[in-house]
Amino acid sequence: MTGRRWYVPWLFLLPALAVAVAFFIVPFANTAVLSFTDASTLGGGTFTGTRNYARLWSDDQFWLSVRNTLLYIAVVVPLLVALPLGLALLVQKRVAGIGFFRAVFYSPVVASMVVAGLIWSWLLSSDGLVNSVLRGLHVIAAPLPFLTDSRLLLFSSMAMTVWKGLGYYMVVYLAALANVPKSLLEAAEVDGAGPVRRFFHVTLPLVRPTMVLVATLAAIGSAKVFAEVFTLSDGSAGPGGEARTLVYTIREVGLGLGGEAGYASAMSIVLFLGTLGLSVAVTRLNTREERA
Amino acid sequence: MTPLQTPAAPAAEHRTTDSAPRADLAAAAKAPASLRLRRSGGLAVRYLLLLAVFALTVGPFLWQLSTSLKGNGERVFGYPPQLLPTHPTLHHYAEVLDTVPVLRYAGNSLLVATGSVLTNCLLGSMAGYALARMRFRGRAVATGIFLATMIIPFESIMVSEFLVARSLHLTNTLLGVMIPGAASGLSVMLMRNAFRRLPAEIEEAAILDGAGEWQRFWRIALPSVRGTIAAVAVFSFVFSWDDFLWPLVSLSDQSKYTLTVGIQYLSGTFTNDQRVIAAGTMMAVVPLLALFFALQRFFFRGVGEGAVKG
Repeated sequence: MTGRRWYVPWLFLLPALAVAVAFFIVPFANTAVLSFTDASTLGGGTFTGTRNYARLWSDDQFWLSVRNTLLYIAVVVPLLVALPLGLALLVQKRVAGIGFFRAVFYSPVVASMVVAGLIWSWLLSSDGLVNSVLRGLHVIAAPLPFLTDSRLLLFSSMAMTVWKGLGYYMVVYLAALANVPKSLLEAAEVDGAGPVRRFFHVTLPLVRPTMVLVATLAAIGSAKVFAEVFTLSDGSAGPGGEARTLVYTIREVGLGLGGEAGYASAMSIVLFLGTLGLSVAVTRLNTREERA
Repeated sequence: MTPLQTPAAPAAEHRTTDSAPRADLAAAAKAPASLRLRRSGGLAVRYLLLLAVFALTVGPFLWQLSTSLKGNGERVFGYPPQLLPTHPTLHHYAEVLDTVPVLRYAGNSLLVATGSVLTNCLLGSMAGYALARMRFRGRAVATGIFLATMIIPFESIMVSEFLVARSLHLTNTLLGVMIPGAASGLSVMLMRNAFRRLPAEIEEAAILDGAGEWQRFWRIALPSVRGTIAAVAVFSFVFSWDDFLWPLVSLSDQSKYTLTVGIQYLSGTFTNDQRVIAAGTMMAVVPLLALFFALQRFFFRGVGEGAVKG
């Protein structure tokens, strides 16, 4: 590499770098600064120290959002770690028509969250498919308020998240399964290990790093959940906004009429630290387990 | 990575402790008919499971499709659920077109998504090329910035993002919807990894031939990573087409809505007829599903076995 002028690499980098700096680095720094001010979306704002963070501490809406978001993570992550792995094992074998099944299982991933939300609100509405079938089979007497009871709305959103995420993580697992050496599985088979044993003793240890990756991605995704709750409740997050998630509250506080940009920024910093903490925690947990 | 070594241990363990398997194997050799029966039994179970998951994943789409085609007199709820419309009609699709400017929204989405594809492919590969093939001071910092954009959740900066976009007079414009995602960290990193795998000899030959930096990038490097470019294109298109939160935050003028925001609006405001909502949903999702099934091998190549064979 001779005679290259120093600015040439920067000419290649400049457009992409400008976008990254202007729309990620600057807003991020700005969020951190705003979180210590009482700025509104209209502008202005003076430095108020840690007052926003102190206010978070005694803000019931904020804590409700955090609780709901944590519940979301606690339910969705185990499901999204386990179910797609089962699915990947199911579609791994090259039987007739498997390409078709793989593509079909992936199709919910392709649909936008809004489309998924509209489809699921029809499935789960009081006269929707799920309630009619349950009533027809005399499992329930009255329709279940999947979308109008806050707790049920939250669980319905979780079901939708899992439905939409299955195919994506299935593909991630397929890539991991492709790297499990056939010879190991065959050796285990010759030694008389049945499919269950082969799975637990050969496959599982090999896909463990992928499970950690999936757990991290699913946890971060759940921490940021918004569209599911928003679309299933037509924007209300349930009666009294009781099913609100952290992102829902950030948008409501920060971008409504006369939004409190400073206060919402403090919540945003909590969200950022939370997602960062989640990925660090999952990775830590895994390395410790490996060492043990 | 260490995990690659771990499974050897349990496998070896079996070899020494289990002696039953060989007898089992011998029995299987003696009775190939029963083995074959068991194999086909396993296959039947596999297909049953596949069909069950098929129903769960695609069932909701089909139910919505069927609802959208049902005539006004037909039951859309009740038990047993009526899966096939008895008098199929496209009436509700016409009604959607009458009440909501769906085509306009789709056009907006298409504009934004196409722009996003072009910028991500071009800017992403330019930046990726510089990071992968050039040595210069500040490279680590530049890489760090792109990685940081992948770590910072958009949701945590959306309030400031809105303020930045507004100060640049980009709110409530389609350009403003597009630009923040114009060169995602993922695109840059995918391209960087693809360019890294190119052998140095190709470039050296081009240098001897007197090709300039830009020519080497455009004529030699870029054509050799077509697979990754396709993956980046598909990802950017789907991401942009499906994005909901940023258009929702940045657009206020209804005529500028993208399809996701417009369709959500349809269910909230325009109609109480589930058939019409279903028709709107189908109009939003069917083109994308068709595109997906046509291009699905790129999806699986992109996410799965290394996007970067070139």
